[in-house]
Amino acid sequence: MKKENQSNGLIWAVVFAIGAIMLIWSMSTSRTGQVWVTPVEHAFTETGVDEDGNAQWASIDAADATVGDIEWTTYSVVPDSQLTPELMESGTVSLSWSRTIGLWLAAIFTLFILSFLVGDNPAYKFAEAMVVGTSAGYVMVIGLWDVFVPNLLGKLMPGLVQSFALPGIEGSHQEFWWLYFIPAILIVMLLFQLMPSGGWISRWPIAFFIGITAGYRMIGYVEADLVAQIKAGIEPLVAFNGDGGFALWPTVNAFLLTIATLAAMVYFFFSIEHKGLVGKTARVGIWFLMITFGASFGYTVMGRIALLAARLEFLFGKWLHFIPSHIDFSFAAHLDWIILLQLM
Amino acid sequence: MYQFLKNLDRRWIFLSMLLAVAIPILMRIAFPEVVSKQAKMVFDAVESIPDGSNVLLSFDFDPASEGELLPMAQAFTRHCSAKGHKQYYMALWPLGSPMVDKSLDTIRAEYPDLEYGIDYMKFDYKAGGEAVIRMITTDLRGMFPLDSRGVSLDDIPMTKNIKNIQDMDLIINVSAGDPGTKQWVQFASTPFGITTVSGCTGVQAPQMYPYIPKQLAGVLGAIKAAAEYEAAIDEVYPEIAANPKAQEAKRRMGPQLVAHSLMVGLIIIGNCIYYVGRKRGDV
Repeated sequence: MKKENQSNGLIWAVVFAIGAIMLIWSMSTSRTGQVWVTPVEHAFTETGVDEDGNAQWASIDAADATVGDIEWTTYSVVPDSQLTPELMESGTVSLSWSRTIGLWLAAIFTLFILSFLVGDNPAYKFAEAMVVGTSAGYVMVIGLWDVFVPNLLGKLMPGLVQSFALPGIEGSHQEFWWLYFIPAILIVMLLFQLMPSGGWISRWPIAFFIGITAGYRMIGYVEADLVAQIKAGIEPLVAFNGDGGFALWPTVNAFLLTIATLAAMVYFFFSIEHKGLVGKTARVGIWFLMITFGASFGYTVMGRIALLAARLEFLFGKWLHFIPSHIDFSFAAHLDWIILLQLM
Repeated sequence: MYQFLKNLDRRWIFLSMLLAVAIPILMRIAFPEVVSKQAKMVFDAVESIPDGSNVLLSFDFDPASEGELLPMAQAFTRHCSAKGHKQYYMALWPLGSPMVDKSLDTIRAEYPDLEYGIDYMKFDYKAGGEAVIRMITTDLRGMFPLDSRGVSLDDIPMTKNIKNIQDMDLIINVSAGDPGTKQWVQFASTPFGITTVSGCTGVQAPQMYPYIPKQLAGVLGAIKAAAEYEAAIDEVYPEIAANPKAQEAKRRMGPQLVAHSLMVGLIIIGNCIYYVGRKRGDV
């Protein structure tokens, strides 16, 4: 245990030392972790009304805007490569504190999460809790405004919802609008799960959802995975080109498809003992399954490395400015870095 | 040596993997991509439909898969924009909506002539997964009375005459799991014969290949296929090839090569240790 703690301390010291050197070096040579923005003015003026009585608006130069026109400002991020001292002195760009703080938080939380690889620690737990909490809150708000309000309240009380939240929806009831009372009642029943007594009431909507989902999925699987896949598996074993000539590789493919499908199915057929011909066929089936699992593993590795590469690009690019946001592929153009790494 | 490798702290392997990914990024190592048959099939599916066709793009992934899937999502957006297709965006994952916004930002920045409501538009997230797909195959307005800006579909030029997604010429699904490509195959492409292509995570890819070519017109499996798709686009659209932002997947293939080589080396070393250990009676 003592040896492991010493090892932990050494690894942490190395990681912090490398991180601190990179950060100090980057801050001394560039605007590390700073986000600079330039304002973009927008203005619209009313040009008249259309045949439905709706106001028509046209974009105008913000400098020409007068009282009654609509104006607002958005801010575009200026890439570090374009941020010259002349541009900064001209006053057309400014440091965005909100975005800078956001960038630092993103970088710090990325490092917190990656710190789990060294060992479980409070920083990782804090970042994990933040991700879960933020995601849950975001999903709740999205669910409320994108689903609950337009698809339920908007159907039951269209006039009210149109006046206070969604002016785009129809202000009058649709045909059979009262059917939406059924999901509303199911929602209320579901909330009984939170009551100390009467929890059984929530089982009814849960049973309803499970039944609906099972029904939906069964239809989907039978149609797309069973029938359509059997149909796709029935292919002529000998393939021909468009001009009637023998096609070697499509024929090999067709043979492989047939042999692999049958052999894999025999492996999962447990009503007969896997001996003799059945056993040998099942063995071939295992080999095909192993090849599939190997392909899956290779793909999974590729996916995980892509995620790590994306986070490192963020840390090295947007945060530390070691690499530009948009990289060209001219290898010789970046000899500076190669030389630097060799020196290191 | 055997004892050293057998008792090696796994964190040294993590560190070596970190370096294997970090060094190619810092050195900006990239390799030319050869377009595979799979990537070509996806490219052809988008390219072969007439300019201005209706294309539904469903981005069913979240920030956890952004590094793997956003490059191909952006490539789809650029390809559709360059072709002048009418793009209808949606997301079946609650955190997929911000991923769609990134594509809309790309359109606004790189294709300023395209106009919201005429050339592209966005539906907001709806809960329900396969139930959403099932419903919009027959009644789009029943599920989406409004677009993401709160405007009625009847007031948006490009949705005015769309009754359901059977009016789409192509469905593009970028998927990280469930709901995702499987559900689009089960509830849209198979029962209604709507041409569908998929870009999915590596974990999902082997499960999607059996759907080719009858139920899916093509599959992009993970970042490698995304890089090939970018290369296929670059061959036809020089203005996209000249855009460094449009080379994101290709850029990520440098770290892939080094990290995979390390992985293969580690597997070989691991097996050697196992066999030596078995010979010595340690296992």
